[in-house]
Amino acid sequence: MSETLPLSILNNRRMEKWVRFQPDRTVKLAVGKVEIGQAVLIALTQIAAEELDIAIDRFAVISGDTADAPDEGSTSSSQSIEMSGRSVRLITAELRARIVDRLARRLNCSPSDIDVLDGAFLLDDEPTGHDYWNFAGDEDFAADIAGTAKPKDPADYKIVGKPVPRRDLAAKISGAGFIHDIVRPDMLHARILRQPSREAVLTAFDEAAVRRAARGDFRIVRVANFVAFVGDDETVVQRAAVAAPAHAKWDKVRKLTPAHQEAAWYLTQPSDDRFVGDSVPDAIAGEVVSETYSRPFVAHAAMAPSCGLAEYRDGRLQVWSHTQGVYPLRNSLADILGLTREQVTVRHAHGAGCYGHNGADDAAVDASVIAMQIPDRCIRVQWRREEEFGYEPVGTAHMTRIKAVLDAAGKPIDWTCEVWAGSHVQRPVYGGNMLTHEALPSPPPAPKPNDPPEAAGGGGTRNGIPLYDFPAKRIIHHLAMTTPVRTSSLRGLGALPNVFALECFVDELAEKAGMDPVTWRLAHLSDPRARRLIESVAERSGWASRGTGGNGKGLGIAWSRYKNKAAYAAVAVEIEVDREVHVRRAWIAADAGLVINPDGATNQLEGGLVHAISMTLKEQVKLDGAGITSLDWDSYPILRFSEIPEISTELVHAPNEPTLGMGECTFGPTAAAIGNAVKHALGVRIRDMPLTRERIAAAILRG
Amino acid sequence: MSIELTVNGRAVSVSVAADTPLLDVLRNHLDLKGSRYGCGLEQCGSCMVVIDGKADYSCVREISAVAGKRIETVESLASHPLHQAFLDEQAGQCGYCLSGILMSAKALLDRNNSPTRADMVTALDSNLCRCGAHPRIIRAIERAAAALREGARANDLREGARS
Repeated sequence: MSETLPLSILNNRRMEKWVRFQPDRTVKLAVGKVEIGQAVLIALTQIAAEELDIAIDRFAVISGDTADAPDEGSTSSSQSIEMSGRSVRLITAELRARIVDRLARRLNCSPSDIDVLDGAFLLDDEPTGHDYWNFAGDEDFAADIAGTAKPKDPADYKIVGKPVPRRDLAAKISGAGFIHDIVRPDMLHARILRQPSREAVLTAFDEAAVRRAARGDFRIVRVANFVAFVGDDETVVQRAAVAAPAHAKWDKVRKLTPAHQEAAWYLTQPSDDRFVGDSVPDAIAGEVVSETYSRPFVAHAAMAPSCGLAEYRDGRLQVWSHTQGVYPLRNSLADILGLTREQVTVRHAHGAGCYGHNGADDAAVDASVIAMQIPDRCIRVQWRREEEFGYEPVGTAHMTRIKAVLDAAGKPIDWTCEVWAGSHVQRPVYGGNMLTHEALPSPPPAPKPNDPPEAAGGGGTRNGIPLYDFPAKRIIHHLAMTTPVRTSSLRGLGALPNVFALECFVDELAEKAGMDPVTWRLAHLSDPRARRLIESVAERSGWASRGTGGNGKGLGIAWSRYKNKAAYAAVAVEIEVDREVHVRRAWIAADAGLVINPDGATNQLEGGLVHAISMTLKEQVKLDGAGITSLDWDSYPILRFSEIPEISTELVHAPNEPTLGMGECTFGPTAAAIGNAVKHALGVRIRDMPLTRERIAAAILRG
Repeated sequence: MSIELTVNGRAVSVSVAADTPLLDVLRNHLDLKGSRYGCGLEQCGSCMVVIDGKADYSCVREISAVAGKRIETVESLASHPLHQAFLDEQAGQCGYCLSGILMSAKALLDRNNSPTRADMVTALDSNLCRCGAHPRIIRAIERAAAALREGARANDLREGARS
């Protein structure tokens, strides 16, 4: 039985790690997933409140804390509700069953005779005098979780499926609520002079010049090629950090050119080649059609530059971070600083949404390195905007070439998706390096290329296999041995560039076959859940009357099932193109199985759509000289209020289907729907993202 | 040097260098953490406050330039309809951009409690949001505007009854 249990339970078997009833008639729920703006904590609380039949207001949630909460790895890949939610459901159902069974034996009745009303036990609708708080005992919490209790029937749900408001928002619009707002006793502010690239060596540093520019007192902490400015006055250390790069000389700095910023650069690079799917046939008769699509390097571009706090007192290091994985960060810190894991505690504190691995972990390492040099003080490191854009890991550039062999009727009988990309995940657990570690006296070796395994949805291969009814499908994945700058997880990994390629190519095949793109899709797709969504957005967007296009107005459609196993989404977009592409209206249909909180789910679907419009139309990290040169919001623009379409969202009600992770499911379809709408509007196809004014002009000239 | 200004209706005096950014003064000297550091370049709007009735960036603005002025920050909105409207609409995801957005919206609603969608978009175009919560944010401002109009109407009725 246990092999079917979620990893979250297998790694944290003791009940007491997850739930405790507190003396004040509240419940402590401890989870390993963290809040990164997705409202996952309220959804997990709804699940626990439902299974225990305790009012939701009685719950206090502890999340992401190596001292007080279970280890659930990283908060990523749309797994929070799919895996952690399933765990919380099994755990709380089991806790309820354990306690109710014991009470039934005491009262000489059947467990099914006992009802629970806000934590109090009733027998035949009469109070028993017992409740969770006075009847639960240590034995209920000390035992391992078996995971065999039967959760409630979804038909009986009273809290799950309801749009319960989240609790963290009030603090965030009242003045506090973020890691950046934490004030500790004896806190010192710190800023960093960044090593421009791995292996760069600081050969000269004009400290006096920096002190003149800073106009105030501060300390300089230097450990090999790591330099920090630390003091009581944040304004002063900020001035020091702004001035410092001009007064530092570095040797062995990496040299990049703009050629490095294009996905095509990977075509020329050595790679670790991997193969997924059906074997290549010796020979296959039919017409071969192939096109190539790309996405450049993209930034997380969180609204808040990263922040980390650390205190080293009495041989123990305490760290606050907006990391997506407190346990992996704790382990990295222990390894880098030569401490035992028991000496290090990492607690999650809220940061700005970044949808992946940004500078959060690195800022925590920065603060910890300084804290080890200045013990007994809390060190608060705040990255600067140019530091976040310049040094966070970015999403890798990614090129996808699709080759289909068509039979006489135009149906694909063989399908190859060939991918060139750098590592999509370089979290330290995947062999990546912490930025600061590379500046310390014993830097780690260059990271080896790595990507999540297929069982976890793959990285560069994510969504590379189409779910259409084609007889033979495969991926050839050229995972580059090196990347020009550090790359790591960004929303959906390879899903967005691969779905962009796949669903644009499908439109191209439909056109070649002289078929309507929606008709073509439905003709090659038997999954009823997918078909229903495509039909929904087609109908709602007025697809049937979209016309032949070419007049500057376009309507495009695309869909995918995220990771080919999580939530389904179909998206239609209506655009206008003058010199630029404007998305005016968008229609979403999604099927995520049992939805815990429909309002939170809608927020994710629509947020993913907006994020994808931004990425598809505007975003590209620029490289030159020592590294990234797009260091502000002018050189890395994102979608603004004036560019947001009207959005209509339909969420399929499927309470008896398992919950499917949905934070990333609209991301790829939106990009492809825009690509298809641009073709409809202009009559020309643009296959390289972002779809900028320059690319549109060039495509029109090309005809 | 000592600089005097009014923050959220309270007269305050701060002793800092004349070129200290207003944002640093609010966060570190007055313990008002609601105005946020996003870029320090007047590009993202996370630091937006209202200065003498007008929404403005606080991250670069030197404190000496706002001496004697009236500053409003998000901390002053606890009982403003905007606060409840943002909660009612769950208008946000990570929430980092929201305090700046609330202040842009506050300045808008102070001068126009019946803004069109175009008015709102214009007022908010200096504020970036990365999570894509824009449609909800617009709905929340519409809701707050309706509450303000309702409040004004009730006030007029009361005034009318009295006269």
